[in-house]
This record gives sequence, C-alpha cells and structure tokens, in this order.
Amino acid sequence: MIASPTLTLQAPQLMTTPPLLTMTGVSRRYGDVVALQDLSATVYPGEVLGIVGESGSGKSTLLRMMNLEDTPDAGDYRLALPDLPGNLFDLDRFARRMLCATRIGIVYQNPHLGLLMKHTSSGNVAERLLIAGERSFAALRGRAREALDASEFPLDRMDARPIELSGGMQQRVQLAKAIALEPALLLLDEPTTGLDVSVQALVLDTLKRLQRDRAITMVIVSHDLGVIRTMADRVMVMRRGRVVEQGLADQIFQDPQHAYTQQLVHAKL
Amino acid sequence: MTIATLTRPWEAMSYGFLDASAKRELRRKMLKAIAVPGCQMPYASREVPMARGWGTGGLQVTLTLLKPSSVVKVIDQGADDSVNAASIRSFLSKVSGARETWDTTEATLIQSRHRIPEERLRADQVLILQVPNPEPLRPVEPNMSVARQMHADADYGRLWLILYEQIVRSGRVMQGAAYPSLVNGRHVMTPSPIPRWDVPKLHMAQHLTFLSAGREKRLYAVPPFTRVEPLVFSDVPYQVEDHAALTCHRSGMTGYFMNEIPQEDGSSAFELSDSHLGIKAIRQAEGAAVKIGPTWYENGKMPQ
Repeated sequence: MIASPTLTLQAPQLMTTPPLLTMTGVSRRYGDVVALQDLSATVYPGEVLGIVGESGSGKSTLLRMMNLEDTPDAGDYRLALPDLPGNLFDLDRFARRMLCATRIGIVYQNPHLGLLMKHTSSGNVAERLLIAGERSFAALRGRAREALDASEFPLDRMDARPIELSGGMQQRVQLAKAIALEPALLLLDEPTTGLDVSVQALVLDTLKRLQRDRAITMVIVSHDLGVIRTMADRVMVMRRGRVVEQGLADQIFQDPQHAYTQQLVHAKL
Repeated sequence: MTIATLTRPWEAMSYGFLDASAKRELRRKMLKAIAVPGCQMPYASREVPMARGWGTGGLQVTLTLLKPSSVVKVIDQGADDSVNAASIRSFLSKVSGARETWDTTEATLIQSRHRIPEERLRADQVLILQVPNPEPLRPVEPNMSVARQMHADADYGRLWLILYEQIVRSGRVMQGAAYPSLVNGRHVMTPSPIPRWDVPKLHMAQHLTFLSAGREKRLYAVPPFTRVEPLVFSDVPYQVEDHAALTCHRSGMTGYFMNEIPQEDGSSAFELSDSHLGIKAIRQAEGAAVKIGPTWYENGKMPQ
C-alpha cells in the first residue's frame, strides 16, 4: 500500500522524545560483593522497562538506587522533570524524601516494607498525600478513595488494616499508595512474587490497565519471565551487576543473543 | 590553717536538694529549650526521692528554679490536696524554704500534671508540666532515632494520619489529651496529658512553660508569646471539650473544665476540675474577701 502524499510520516516516539530516566556509570559495592558494576540505563516516557536476572544479579539494588534509598559509590542519575537539574544522588536527605514521595512510586515485593501495617489502608494512601502537604480531610479521603479505586481495591474494605488483608489486596494498597500522587515513575519490585497464579494475573491486569489509561512510566523487576513478557516493552537482562543484553521484549524472548539470556529463556520454555 | 576553715560547714543536702552540678546541667538545658521552642532537649535526669513516672522531670525543673522567696503551687488532676500534689509541695518547701500556696494568682512556680489552672498566668509566673511521654511521633514511628530525624526534617505528615484515622473510625478527633501541637511554626510537641481544653492557653501566653519528662530524660519549653497551634485539618476545626455549658454542682460556676462525678442513680454531676478556683468561688459566695483572677476562658469561650 502506498501512503498518500499528504500523510507525513513520524518517527517512533522513542526516537523523538528524550528519556525520562538516565543512569550512567553506576557502581556499588557492599564490602567485597560487587552489586552493580558501571551500569547504565535509560527509560523513556510512557514505556515499561523490565529488568530480569537471577537472584543476586543486582536488580533490586538498581531499583533501590532509582528510588534513592541507597547511594552508589559512583554514578549519575537524572530524571527529565522540570526543576530537577543535576545528579539526583547529590540531593540532600530532605530533597530526596520530597522527590521520592511526590515523583516516584514504588511497590515492594514485601508489603511490610511499603505499608504501615497497623494503620488503615486508606490511611496508608493518605499518608503519601500528607507528606506532599495535603491538609484537608475531605480531599485526603476523596483522593485515597480514588487511588484505591484505580488500583481496583474493594472500597468497602478501604478502612481495614493491611495486616488483615490478603497478599493480593496488600499489593493493591501499595499500588494505590504509589500512584496516589500520579508519579512520573513507578517502580515495581517483584510485585507479584508470592501471590498465587490467579491473583497474580489479576494484579498484572490492573497494572496493565493503569499503564494503558495513565501512560505511567514503569520499571518492573522480576525473575519471572512470564511477568516481564506480559508487562514490558523493553527488557534489560542483568547478571553479576552488569547488563548483559537489552532490547525490545519480543526480540529478547524470540532471539536472545547472549549465552546467559539464551539459557534464561530456555529455562523458562 | 585547717581544712575546716577552707571548706563550708557540713550540710545534710545542698540547697534545693539537687547538687550544684545537677542544677547547672538542668539550667543549661532549660536555656537551650527556651532558645529552640518545642524542641526536646536531652538532659541528665537525676534521682529524686520519688519514683519515676510520678513527676520526677517536673520536680527537677522546679527544684532548679526554686529560691527562698518562691511561692509554689502543685496540682495533680487539677487538685491541690491530692496525696501526690501535697507531698511534692511540702518537699519543695522543706528543701528550699519557699512558701506553699493553693492560690494560682499568688504562686510564682506552678508544677502541674494534667491541667493548666483556669486563672490566667502572668509574666512573672512559671508553669512546669510533668510529661510522661515527650515524643509526639511515638505512635507513628516506634524507632526513636528515626523520630529524631523526622523532627530535624520537620517531617510531621504522619501525625495527621493519627487524626485521619480517628475521624475515619469515630467521626471526630478522639485525641483527648496530649494533643500534638506545633510550637513557633517549627517543632511539634506533645503538651503533656493536658486536655484539649488547655492547649489554647499555651498559645501566645505571657508565662513561661517548661515541660519535662524525668524517665525519658527530655525537656522542652514554650517561652512567653510563642505560637502554639494544635494540628488540625483545614476543613475540620479544632474543638475543645464540650464543657462550656456545664455547671459545677458545688460552687455553681459555669464555663470551665469539669470533672464528671457518677451518681448513684446513674446520672452524673460535674465539679470544677481546677479545685482551688471552686474553693475561691464558694468562699466568695459566702462573703469572704477572696479575689478570683481573670480567667483564660470567659463564659466558656476562649477569647481570640
């Protein structure tokens, strides 16, 4: 088929928009253990980057760096957001906390890390809004309800404590908390590990829907290739603190180049 | 020359019970506390002849401030005549020669637990509150090192979480005592177990307030004319206890904080929590020449 002469062809979005997240030369050692070795990563607005690798390959460390929970020995980290110039690793504790609360959302594998277990679910979401300075009760209540609704949490249980909820529901509360302030970047650390397959599918479904509706930029870490295949546009394979291969998801799964990736894909299939 | 001529004669204890170095320690920390309103200052809390938890923090501050011309009043749950208040008061006068009083307007040092007197305090009076738990962040942050960091960052968002959950659960703020309050726009303090009724009395007050926790070894202060604002939501106003319309069944006074006295028939009677204000009112009604000072609350309302 021949394109009509009036139609102007556009380059794919990935080629025209600058990356949202740029990490260059990040290294981190814990004693003798090398967790990350001169690692670089980019994430473009609206895309989902999947990070796979075996246990101990440094993928969780990388995610912790992205959430500014840990400082590397060397490296540069930038987010292309207004009023955020310079290396984010150089920010002081106060600025870091504000940035993490308002611009970055995170869902941990272990809900105990991300939630206040003895407070209500809606309160957990409201806490995020409180840190950002919201002081109206009605607004807190409304926005908490909205965020919980968006993460498909049953609203009749919004005032139950997370400790009384099932694992899947706890992940939904974490997700609601993470998206409450509409962050520029959503980090997911093994969000469905430990959930049974049907609940896992439901949570992934919610994540997919959110991604479609809000075009949130996501970084998802998992050792489960099924999860990555469902979610990710682009995949980064890590081993021993280095990136061994990266590319589009289909490309990685159909035509793995690196020996380790081949092993990984075959182990799954 | 003998050693006896160079040293002071033997005394059973130093003036005001505490030794000089203890008082110097406290004085330094008290000055620091005044300099940074509402900020908790750690101090070397000493042993006093009283169990921890019975007001040892307040007692140490009072002992440091005492002088022979002081007039001391001690209140426990609003009353001057309870065992704890009476024994602290007599101890204070025994170790310092200070005069004891029940009258708020007469006292120069007022040590209290649970209440701030209803009569207005003046610039020449010092209020000392005994605090059991000085850390407002404890319910939301069990780790005290992290809590200290949160104070440093003024990271107080989670305190509203407590209020949020109380409103969600009960439809209103249930925090009855120790209502977290922002001092001078910077530090959140817990104003000891005083009721909500008493917190507005600290706002821009003429008198100096010390709050001291002996067991937790922390003291903080509200200097005169300092803002003390209870934490509230922008759409849920701060409310004091609903006592404005209650009448004391003994003195006939209305518009002050009351104690509820359950009656045999299941109903309840009310009496003034500030017991000496009640005594004064009764004496006045009997025709004695007693003067009740100006009170914070007028007709059950705090003038703005």
